[in-house]
Amino acid sequence: MIDRPARGAAPVIAIEGVAKSFGAVPAVAGVTLDIARGDFFCLVGASGSGKTTLLRLIAGFEAPDEGRILIDGEDMTNRPPYARPVNMMFQSYALFPHLSVADNVGFGLEEERRPRAEIRERVAAALDLFDMGSLAARKPHQLSGGQRQRVALARALVKNPKILLLDEPLAALDKKLRERAQLELVALRERVGITFVMVTHDQEEAMSMATHIALMRDGALCQVGTPRELYDAPQSRFAADFFGAANLFDETAGRTVMVRPEQMMVSRAHPSRTGVLAASLANVVFLGNAYVCHCALDSGKAVQARLSPADMAALGALSAGDRVYLSWDPAAARVLTS
Amino acid sequence: MTMAAGEARGLRRVILGTTTTWLALFTLAPFLIVLAISLVESRFGVPPYEPLFAWSKGLWPVFNGTLANYATLLTDPLYLEAFGSSLRIAATSALITLTIAYPMAYAIARARAEWRFGLLMMIILPFWTSFLIRVYAWMELLNANGLINALLIKLGVIDAPLTLLNTEFAVHLGIVYSYLPFMVLPIYAVLERMDWTLLEAAQDLGAGPFSAFRRVTLPLSLPGIIAGLLLVFIPALGEFIIPDLLGGPGTLMLGHVLWTEFFNNHDWPLASALAVSLLVLVLTPAALLYRTLRRAEVTS
Repeated sequence: MIDRPARGAAPVIAIEGVAKSFGAVPAVAGVTLDIARGDFFCLVGASGSGKTTLLRLIAGFEAPDEGRILIDGEDMTNRPPYARPVNMMFQSYALFPHLSVADNVGFGLEEERRPRAEIRERVAAALDLFDMGSLAARKPHQLSGGQRQRVALARALVKNPKILLLDEPLAALDKKLRERAQLELVALRERVGITFVMVTHDQEEAMSMATHIALMRDGALCQVGTPRELYDAPQSRFAADFFGAANLFDETAGRTVMVRPEQMMVSRAHPSRTGVLAASLANVVFLGNAYVCHCALDSGKAVQARLSPADMAALGALSAGDRVYLSWDPAAARVLTS
Repeated sequence: MTMAAGEARGLRRVILGTTTTWLALFTLAPFLIVLAISLVESRFGVPPYEPLFAWSKGLWPVFNGTLANYATLLTDPLYLEAFGSSLRIAATSALITLTIAYPMAYAIARARAEWRFGLLMMIILPFWTSFLIRVYAWMELLNANGLINALLIKLGVIDAPLTLLNTEFAVHLGIVYSYLPFMVLPIYAVLERMDWTLLEAAQDLGAGPFSAFRRVTLPLSLPGIIAGLLLVFIPALGEFIIPDLLGGPGTLMLGHVLWTEFFNNHDWPLASALAVSLLVLVLTPAALLYRTLRRAEVTS
């Protein structure tokens, strides 16, 4: 894990008991959350989980019904969006269609009444950061999707905000471009050094980009931690299922144990350890770099095991209906606490 | 070549042919007749103007055309004054209409989706009544014994009735009232299509509500504003009924002067010259309108 902030350092964003309803529908229900300086923080959850509302509360587009939001120790709750030291990159990019690329990027600096020469210089520097200098005179409709995304980023960063808010910044890009843009965003955060708060519904995107993730569900925080913590030690069934596939076993003591498919071992002979499950193979899915064996326990419960090609080869030819034994290293199993 | 393509081409020809014939018959031909009449001198008789070409001398027709009527328009202060006051009244009415219509269009565009249709209907609804009847209604309202004066006297705002009818004020009022929807609708159409996250983006970048309006909403609604201004300005320029019924003897407008030349003075050539001048006056802003709309189409 890179640049984990020192424990006890003042958070750049402190969200204290924030609640927001739209009519009778609660969108955010009592969220308390600290975001550390320099974090690449991801708010992740399904649609309707309240992640976008939380981002908009930080930006100031929504006012909380309860609680308060502090940025750098200053209470922002009653401050309009135009007076907050944050900038947002919108999902639709929200580029001004009547302004050139340079004027879009310079918009916020002109609002600050900066001298003309300074604006020109900073706009050029921001565009150069994204290799967009040659397109400064274009209008947004003359740009490709990837170019628009860069202009939106340049526009949001040119004012040197304390925090950059990103609302599904990669959703409008196609898959190939998106993977490259993920890496670029992470590198960008390291270069500019400010805190990024990103909303995404894509758990893989959150895992690969974030230093910390807050998983949201029904307007509340489900679990907050590093990607590793959320993947390796989910506290709930929901968290376990959200980040990748999970085999969940309810034990008699009322607790639930999770084993990730890649931790699940498959053998033809009964292995010499405890907690072995007998199952029959339903089918095998080839993924290129791995195989996923879908098995059924005698109880009918479905269990997945993800095997490397080498492990698969060691098992020999398998066909549907074959009896197999499933087992795992007890250290790899996680007890869900809630 | 498929059958469908052949049919489509045939249909296209019919539609294009009908349109062209219609325009030639009812727009181009009348205009050419008016243009021809504007180029000759008036006389007593039927028709009350000289022919444009005379065959009286020799084999070749003699061209009788003259620009005398246009010269009259440019030299007689009456016509210049009528041009001037028409331009002034049409322009101020269009601007007043804009200041009233813009907030209305904005409010409707920002109203909840299920309210918008009803609000728009309320803008359009009065137009299901004849224009003439609505102008007559204003005569009754503005009368010395009319509802407005009666109400003001009852409220104690005034002692004696105000002269509202037969004033330039009444003409402005009539134009603003009558043409309001032509301003509201194009502005609404632009605002309704606008992406409101652009305003959030402006705010996010430090723009207060006023600045966000000035730098984002206003420039983006410019095509609607220009379309609305021209849709009010152009018909107001040649408006006849409103100045005739609501305006006083001091209100000099082109439409009215044209009527007088044609029906009272029977000076068809001069009336025609007025009509052609009015058309040229109107074509300039209309061409501007066409260009702005084309440009707006390209950028959106």
